Amino acid sequence: MTDMNNHVVVIGAGHNGLVCAAYLARAGRQVTVLEAAEQPGGAAITREFAPGFKVSAAAHLLYMLDENVRKELSLDTAGLSFSQQDMKTTALAEDGNHLVMSKDAVQGANISSEDQAAMKEYRRLMGRFARLLHRMNNRIPPRVGSGNRDDTIGLAKTALAIRMLGRKDMREFLRMAGINMYDILQEYFDNPLLKGALSMEGVLGAKLGPRSNNSVFCALHRMSGMQGTALPAGGMGTVSDALASAAQKLGVKIRTSAAVTKVLLQGDRVGGVELQDGERITAGTVVSSADPKTTFLNLVGAKNLEAGFVRKIHNYRSFGNAAKLHLALQGPPEFKALNQSQLGDRLLIAPDMDYVERAFNHVKYGEHSAQPVLEITIPSLYDDSLAPAGQHVLSAVVQYAPYQLKSDWHNGKPVFTGQVIDTLAKYAPGIRDQILHCELLTPVDIEKEFRISGGHWHHGELALDQFMMLRPVPRAAQYASPLNGLFMCGAGSHPGGGVMGSAGRNAARAILALESSEGQQP
Amino acid sequence: MNRISGNKTVGVIDYSSKDHYRTKVFPSPFYSRQEPLNHLKEWGRWADYLSPRAYTSADMEYFACRNACAVFDLTPMTKYRISGADALAYLNRLVTRDVEKIKPGRVGYTVWCADDGRVVDDGTIFHLRENRYRLCSQERHLDWLLTNAMGFDVAVEDETHEVAALALQGPTSCAVLKKMGLGDIESMKPFDIRFFDLENTGLMISRTGFTGDLGYELWIEPQYAELLWDRLFEAGRLYGIQPMGDEALAMLRVEAGFIQANHEFLNANATVRSSHTRSPFELGLGWLVHFDKPNFNGRKALLEEKQRGHRYNLVKLDINGNKPATDSYVFTTGKKFAGTVTSATWSPSAKASIALATLKAPHGRPGEEFLVEIYYQKELKWSRVMARARVVEGVFFDPPRRRQTPPADF
Repeated sequence: MTDMNNHVVVIGAGHNGLVCAAYLARAGRQVTVLEAAEQPGGAAITREFAPGFKVSAAAHLLYMLDENVRKELSLDTAGLSFSQQDMKTTALAEDGNHLVMSKDAVQGANISSEDQAAMKEYRRLMGRFARLLHRMNNRIPPRVGSGNRDDTIGLAKTALAIRMLGRKDMREFLRMAGINMYDILQEYFDNPLLKGALSMEGVLGAKLGPRSNNSVFCALHRMSGMQGTALPAGGMGTVSDALASAAQKLGVKIRTSAAVTKVLLQGDRVGGVELQDGERITAGTVVSSADPKTTFLNLVGAKNLEAGFVRKIHNYRSFGNAAKLHLALQGPPEFKALNQSQLGDRLLIAPDMDYVERAFNHVKYGEHSAQPVLEITIPSLYDDSLAPAGQHVLSAVVQYAPYQLKSDWHNGKPVFTGQVIDTLAKYAPGIRDQILHCELLTPVDIEKEFRISGGHWHHGELALDQFMMLRPVPRAAQYASPLNGLFMCGAGSHPGGGVMGSAGRNAARAILALESSEGQQP
Repeated sequence: MNRISGNKTVGVIDYSSKDHYRTKVFPSPFYSRQEPLNHLKEWGRWADYLSPRAYTSADMEYFACRNACAVFDLTPMTKYRISGADALAYLNRLVTRDVEKIKPGRVGYTVWCADDGRVVDDGTIFHLRENRYRLCSQERHLDWLLTNAMGFDVAVEDETHEVAALALQGPTSCAVLKKMGLGDIESMKPFDIRFFDLENTGLMISRTGFTGDLGYELWIEPQYAELLWDRLFEAGRLYGIQPMGDEALAMLRVEAGFIQANHEFLNANATVRSSHTRSPFELGLGWLVHFDKPNFNGRKALLEEKQRGHRYNLVKLDINGNKPATDSYVFTTGKKFAGTVTSATWSPSAKASIALATLKAPHGRPGEEFLVEIYYQKELKWSRVMARARVVEGVFFDPPRRRQTPPADF
């Protein structure tokens, strides 16, 4: 057993790359993580965007972190802590009659007792379905039609889990999983603000409107983390720092400012990687946490893959539609009729489902929304480290902002930023005068900063046709790839995006299982 | 023209000059010469073109090809122009054989597969000059070829309508071309390509064909098609030259043991069930699979198949009696189902009823005997015969003149 064979290179120190590296190191492998940026974290980082103001640069809320990862890698002792947990969601109304949703109650906005009762049933049902997905999140997806015993058992387990919902709920699951939030929410509720807010759960980060099929699935996926919404102390960078330190403690070597430009091949298997400066690092196993298009089309190269596979990767839907807004504010923003304690909630601007759908309409024609939807947090309310005393940062996910804008983002960005601020000002009239600095990251910016092809924060749309044994595409959906020795561990693999770490953990298990069955490794 | 360069598609298919939405089927550029010779007025269809099924009698055309020479219109065959700095790398990823071994001025027969190692089509690669190839096949593959172009610096263009082509096949074919004044034609070896001048027009000739006989294929711009036809028939007048249609060619190719799409195999990209597609090994084309190339479509699946063994064997059957075994079932002598006949004909040269058949592996050893179930009709009365058949090695008709250089003069 040579060192080269035991050496594993992980491309990218995003959360999944770090998780995968940590598990492989724990199993005795010699692991080097190569990160192009100056610090580890990928799209889960805290960075300064204006002098004195720091923000979670991409993902800004933690609601899916895999509890196995947290426990097994002892992240709490490695520095993970929260400034806020089980956050409430407040859906803003232009007239100030807001709706507040907590874990088990919904109040405000003249909500009827019927809607409150319906909310109980909706949460029970969606909760059951989310738990079903939750169990699948931690499994290596079975292959269909392989004839392999483990795959057959995996498929049977999945089918059984669905059947175990019971006849009534199973039928509802099979009916709902593929359809759209609009229809489901119309069945359950009357209150427009409630429906608007809930519909947003199904479209966040996706190229979907409330009326698009797959939006229920998207909402379930968000819920499948089974964690309350939380703000890490010090921003998302804290999660990555904890992961990096846990990995290092297990012997992982992390090299930053080391951009991989090529996966090197030896015949039909990988032999290592090449860095931007031409340095070559040999490794018998290469694990990529980069998105599928970057991994296969840029790093490996279409020439080194079979054409049918290249076509599938090329057709994988991975153009982002969410932008990220960062505001440095000279004081706490004042939203109409929102008290100080509510200001720290997760705030939504999605007044009704038609508003969200209209915002989405633009995307179909390569335009950005004229009246966008927003998911807002003001993390500095809980965290002094993010802004100078008395001043604040506002972080918001803004939709819709298509990667492929019909005009171009150079001209489109100032227009869109103006429209986003206009929308905010409808709810917080004085906010314009409080802005010290403003940063808007379009999917094109996200692509550039975080090296995600298409700038999709989930490394590709989360939909039934790009999930489980279909994510990213068949033949690469079990963390292995068509090239021997090359594996995938990022959000482009099952169970997809959201700061979870499950893909990294599953990938490590798949790699170790495959290699022990091949007898290649001790 | 549909063109892909790297990841960029340049332009769109331009059918404006073809009027295809009105006519749907084009007359060949040789139509004005074919039409008066086609006494039967039986036109078949080959892709976008009218193609004579037979001009006078398929049998007579067959004998012209085996004993003198026959002219077959190849224009409808799908032709792709593949050019650019990555043309060789592109083809090497596309097809199973090592294209590097096909030098400029040479032609190579090959198959190409989908990722699952099942055959998409077979055809010929013409290496015209450095970084410039022509890929010929029976079926259409532009979508697949453009898919394959992703990531390569290569242009893929359908040039089917831009090249008129005739096959001149048979023992006197070389003599006819010599008579036409094409100097040194006799020094061409099988699979050679040469460029000639025909009355100030470029004429390309390759020593290739689909008959298993001595023969050539002649390639010219469509506006000179009639000129080529006229000069060929003038030169061939004393050499027994005859036009030949699809039916005669079908007999010739089975004698030569050549497989054909939609008979021996289906395009894997257009077939729903994987049990209905075939690998190169299952078509007896394992010799075309070069695993020493690090990557080509189907490599991984074919390596696995090589270890695991394949499902079918394509064999040549010599069948008792004189009834062509078209579409017949093949049984073991113990009357167990063993496979089906995919192409069958009476072979006038071998004086035997012959067939290509797909048998379930491990059936198909040379000399192995089977029963072929043949239904035939005599004066409206149907009869059935279980004819004895034997697997033969080698092709049914393989004259030395096929390879002989220089060919015999007449």
